[in-house]
Amino acid sequence: MTPAAISVRSVSKRFRLTHERYPTLKERVIHFGRVPSEDFWALRDITVEVPDGTTLGLLGHNGSGKSTLLKCIAGILRPTTGEIGTRGRVAALLELGAGFQGELTGRENIFLNGAILGMSRKELARRFDEIVEFAELEQFIDTQVRFYSSGMYVRLGFAIAVNVEPDILLVDEVLAVGDEAFQRKCLDRVADFQREGRTIVVVTHSPDLVRKICHAAVVLDHGSLVASGDPREAIQVFREHLRRTPPRARPGEPPPVDDRVRVTSVRFEHPGMPGRAYLEPGESLAVKVGFEVDAPVDDPVFTVMIYDAEGTLVHGSSTASESVALGHVDGPGEVTFEYAQVPLLDGEYAITLCVTSSDGAFIYDWQEQRHRFEVRDSQRNFGSVEFPVRITVDKRSARHPAAG
Amino acid sequence: MTATLPERPTRLSTARAGLWERLGAIWRYRELLVAFTRTELKVKYKNSVLGFAWSMLNPALYLVVFYVVFQLILGSGIPSFPIFLLSGLLVWNLFSVGVSAATGSVVANAGLVRKVALPREILPLASVGAALIHFFLQAIVLFGAIVIVHYEVALAYLPLLPVALVALLLFSAALGVLLAAINVQLRDTAHFVELAMLAWFWMTPIVYPYGLVAGKLGPHAWLYLCNPITDVVLAFQRAIYAQVSYTTTVNGVQQVQQILPPGADQWWYLWHLGIVIVASAVLFLFALSLFGRVEGNFAEEL
Repeated sequence: MTPAAISVRSVSKRFRLTHERYPTLKERVIHFGRVPSEDFWALRDITVEVPDGTTLGLLGHNGSGKSTLLKCIAGILRPTTGEIGTRGRVAALLELGAGFQGELTGRENIFLNGAILGMSRKELARRFDEIVEFAELEQFIDTQVRFYSSGMYVRLGFAIAVNVEPDILLVDEVLAVGDEAFQRKCLDRVADFQREGRTIVVVTHSPDLVRKICHAAVVLDHGSLVASGDPREAIQVFREHLRRTPPRARPGEPPPVDDRVRVTSVRFEHPGMPGRAYLEPGESLAVKVGFEVDAPVDDPVFTVMIYDAEGTLVHGSSTASESVALGHVDGPGEVTFEYAQVPLLDGEYAITLCVTSSDGAFIYDWQEQRHRFEVRDSQRNFGSVEFPVRITVDKRSARHPAAG
Repeated sequence: MTATLPERPTRLSTARAGLWERLGAIWRYRELLVAFTRTELKVKYKNSVLGFAWSMLNPALYLVVFYVVFQLILGSGIPSFPIFLLSGLLVWNLFSVGVSAATGSVVANAGLVRKVALPREILPLASVGAALIHFFLQAIVLFGAIVIVHYEVALAYLPLLPVALVALLLFSAALGVLLAAINVQLRDTAHFVELAMLAWFWMTPIVYPYGLVAGKLGPHAWLYLCNPITDVVLAFQRAIYAQVSYTTTVNGVQQVQQILPPGADQWWYLWHLGIVIVASAVLFLFALSLFGRVEGNFAEEL
């Protein structure tokens, strides 16, 4: 068994929130050195092990402590109690291009930033061309960085960070930058890292990203660990926590009421029923969602998302996107999503269901990939999408042209 | 998984890092110290036509001003005044520029401190490092003056210079690290340092000779030597300026004016520099431990 690359042992982090800061001597004297403060525990007794060569996703909402945990692992913050062990060189991508000096050229910044990340000048000189090439900045490398566009800035930052050959890479949602081609390149690089057996920790609030690239996930909520382990289960917990802490509740609004609308049943219907439990490619499918209400609501929105086995969203639609208004709802009912044909190939597909208020401020119910259906292909096509295909062959013999 | 696995160093992050751990981290990041020093210099003179010449112009201008005021207007009568002044001023510039820059270094690099893990002591140390480079540039001015006027330095005392420089660097670094840490929580520090430096300058025998003050203090002259910068300045003046006293004629009576401590040989200077080095080393360790105590929260405080 390989020892863990990162081991976080009962780590807590306390921030002292001062209601008013008295940073100058005069103000301190006036207040007799007492600064009214309140303890705020950003992390409470977190224990996480990241085995060597695996990728961990840290999921949580804003203020859940996920970034604080990442900063503690990176060594930017020190835990108040507990300890964190890391093995090998750690590179943290909290902000791409942190530490760039605007006055210096790209070339000079590569050496400076590389040194910050713990690389020697010799190593950097060796990797210089690779970094420049990856950042696609050959033309501008001797230009002062302050003239760079934000895209160029970020590209250079990422290029340096991934070229320092870290044993542990810590990423804080910076992958969502740059144009699409560069994003692709970044994800490829992360995949390379995974193949090379490096350890990665990604902080994100995108479950899709976690599903795609992580071996394990940890969910934080208000500084406490609420789930840890398999990404699928973690995402389910994360989604269900989301329901309890609505992301868009504004101050002054009435507190959201839970469970006003509850999904009570989900049924699949397709033409092959009841003879076979699976779908054939191109068949129609109906998803019938039964619900009950505890208190009347206006215009709830039902959303159904279909995911493939890798966790890629294949299709998503909602009553809002299809302009179906439910109006005033004060009793049980059923919403049916009818797909005229499901052009999917072999595989198991999962459905995520959610019911929200029309402005998205309240989440009444969220069932993350609890319901599954299966497609079996009687033909022998492969892939995930079914296209009607007709193959014709036009054969001519080269040896006897006249014999046709 | 990888063959290099056992070689990878394990780092343990707890609530507070020990003193040796901090010293070790500084040593491991020595290349970064050099890089930061280089950056500080590069950024300072980027887009300026004269560039590093500015570093040399500063003591040259001081020289002109003090020469006019002290020699021509006040008539202090110190022979070879430019050499005397520059030997002390170089020392002073390293100290004051280094410590002032170090004080604000952590706050000035807030972006870095908040987002990147590195031993933050590197920041004030790099400020002192940049001041050291300026010191060498300014030394060129002094060296040029010595060559041009064929000035005779005290060869027997020249080995004191590296020792004095070590004492100066150690003291500046210690004070710089200490003040940088305090400045994060108490932003008055930077302003305080600015004023303190002004007073300190006049408490150090740079534009006036040591002998003048020591003579007035009489048996309490040792008090004056408690200022570590005085000990360093005296060593520089002894080695480079090399005139211990001079005679003037006041109302037809010949008078001997002391510039440097009378009857002080190499060992006297070495002893005093030794005390400064030991005291600075202690202060440096104290500064590191204080820095370490507050450093864990820098990322939030800024």
